[in-house]
Amino acid sequence: MPMPAETDTTSPKYLRDKYAIVGVGETTYTRGSGITTRALGTWAVRNAIEDAGLKASDIDGMLSYQSGDSTFSTFIAGDLGLRLNFYMDVFGGGSSTEALIGMAIGLMEAGMCKAVVIFRAMNGFSQVRIGGTGARAAAPVSGDALHMRAYGWQSAGQMFSPTFMRHMYDYGTRPEQVATVKAIHSEHASNNPKAFYKKRFTVDEVLASRIICKPLHLLDCCVETDNATAVVVTSADRAKDCRHPRALIRGVVGRCSKPRTDMHYQTGPISTVAGHYAKDILWPNSGVGPEDIDITGSYDAFTFTTMLQLEDYGFCKKGEGGDYVSNGTMRLGGRRPNNTSGGHLCEGYTHGMNMVIENVRQLRHDADDSCPIGPDGKRQHTYDYREGGCRQVKNCEVSANLGWANPGTGSAMVMRRG
Amino acid sequence: MGIQTTYLGMPLQLDDLDVENLAFFKHCSAHNFHLQKCAKCGLLRYPPTTACPWCMSPKSEWVPVDAKGAVHSYTEVHHAIQPAFKAHTPYLILVVDLDTQKGKPTEHEALRVVGNLTTPDGKLAPPDMVRKVGIGTRVRMVFSDAGPGLAIPQWTIDEGTKQPDKPWRYPQE
Repeated sequence: MPMPAETDTTSPKYLRDKYAIVGVGETTYTRGSGITTRALGTWAVRNAIEDAGLKASDIDGMLSYQSGDSTFSTFIAGDLGLRLNFYMDVFGGGSSTEALIGMAIGLMEAGMCKAVVIFRAMNGFSQVRIGGTGARAAAPVSGDALHMRAYGWQSAGQMFSPTFMRHMYDYGTRPEQVATVKAIHSEHASNNPKAFYKKRFTVDEVLASRIICKPLHLLDCCVETDNATAVVVTSADRAKDCRHPRALIRGVVGRCSKPRTDMHYQTGPISTVAGHYAKDILWPNSGVGPEDIDITGSYDAFTFTTMLQLEDYGFCKKGEGGDYVSNGTMRLGGRRPNNTSGGHLCEGYTHGMNMVIENVRQLRHDADDSCPIGPDGKRQHTYDYREGGCRQVKNCEVSANLGWANPGTGSAMVMRRG
Repeated sequence: MGIQTTYLGMPLQLDDLDVENLAFFKHCSAHNFHLQKCAKCGLLRYPPTTACPWCMSPKSEWVPVDAKGAVHSYTEVHHAIQPAFKAHTPYLILVVDLDTQKGKPTEHEALRVVGNLTTPDGKLAPPDMVRKVGIGTRVRMVFSDAGPGLAIPQWTIDEGTKQPDKPWRYPQE
């Protein structure tokens, strides 16, 4: 992996490559799981521990995130017979995955535990709908929410949209450019047998779908699904004994924010998002820059969230994100594919965890596509990205995940194949 | 005393502990727009906060503010999420730069005050009015009454001033 010559990778300031993601697990992505978030979470955590080749007794830390819509670590640990030395369930949605991975590293570095499993379990379609519809939409509006919900300004799409509208105004970004994000992610999802939506969409189909709130068409918005996802983080040394090639963690930035997190629009430019600040932690901590990255997982709650982040993390010049996401760079076979699983727009909604899982599989060179399994039990990747085919990125060595809570807060992580 | 009322059939609540929001909306109910002015650094702030976002001072006084400005950005909602708004689509949510304190304390900061586009009497704007407004449109504040002690600050087109030739609108109508 190329490394900037001036970077001191041995500096004790950093924990580069000292920890790794060794296990990933998920349930199927459905609408109507028919089971509780406790059952979903238990399956995903069990799958992640088994994927790592670890036993229940190897795991002694657990972290999760939720928004009052899920089970707690105590139940999952009880179900699977894990005795924990640390657990914590935090409040949050998008951007939590990378932030909790950073916290897991801190816990292990402090000697508080040795292997941490992180989960997100949600019936995001059949119970608490992420779009804010259902019971939540009719809840009384109180206190600080009066400055938002009293205006019919509540859902993520409604809250985030002024950011991208201003980007269009400031830089001339066009609807068809961000619609390409959906088209590309749908191509990727068509090569992902577990994706909830496997159908390929064209840019014209995105633009012809009905307007939800400008600038968002229906197909600019992510899917709502029921699912649980989990990852296991442990030290790079312990990771050597695990089942798969290691996904070494080079650097993390967690819930980095713009000023005025109470209403970020007070501080402009409002078309600038948290990545503008997070990049100055991510790249120095990781010892790499955007040019070193082979694949990205830029959070696609909406088509434009992917674009705004790629731009502010420096994958292109400010204002040129529309060109970046529509010029083929982030398509399978392009210079730097994004969300090769189909992401939130197509695979399923997990508040960011599935994008980390996908990049771990890519770094293992083991994307779970439809390629034939060879005599050694491994997939024989064809690198033919036509519909229903391969989705493994060739020679994938370094990845970046860009997590999004809202325009004002984000998290990120760089991993490399170890 | 706290406030419990309804607006567009939607229940609104303010707890009696929430002194900043109670003060803000009390002024609104008299159709006056007041913001907190920091006693230490003198900057206005929006929405109400307990301390000053620039100097941390907890001391402030409520002062009247000239509530005129230009649309900085917006969204136009066609698929309402909240039941109260379903009968009113398409409706506009405007993020408006107040002329007061624009570009202070730093170049890209402004008091960006949220509101729907309404008629001059505070009713959600009809579709033909919605289509006239975009980034750059000059607006002035009006209020939607929502019971004793509470009115919602809103924006309406400022007919008494020069408007931009063509405010920026999302390209697909």
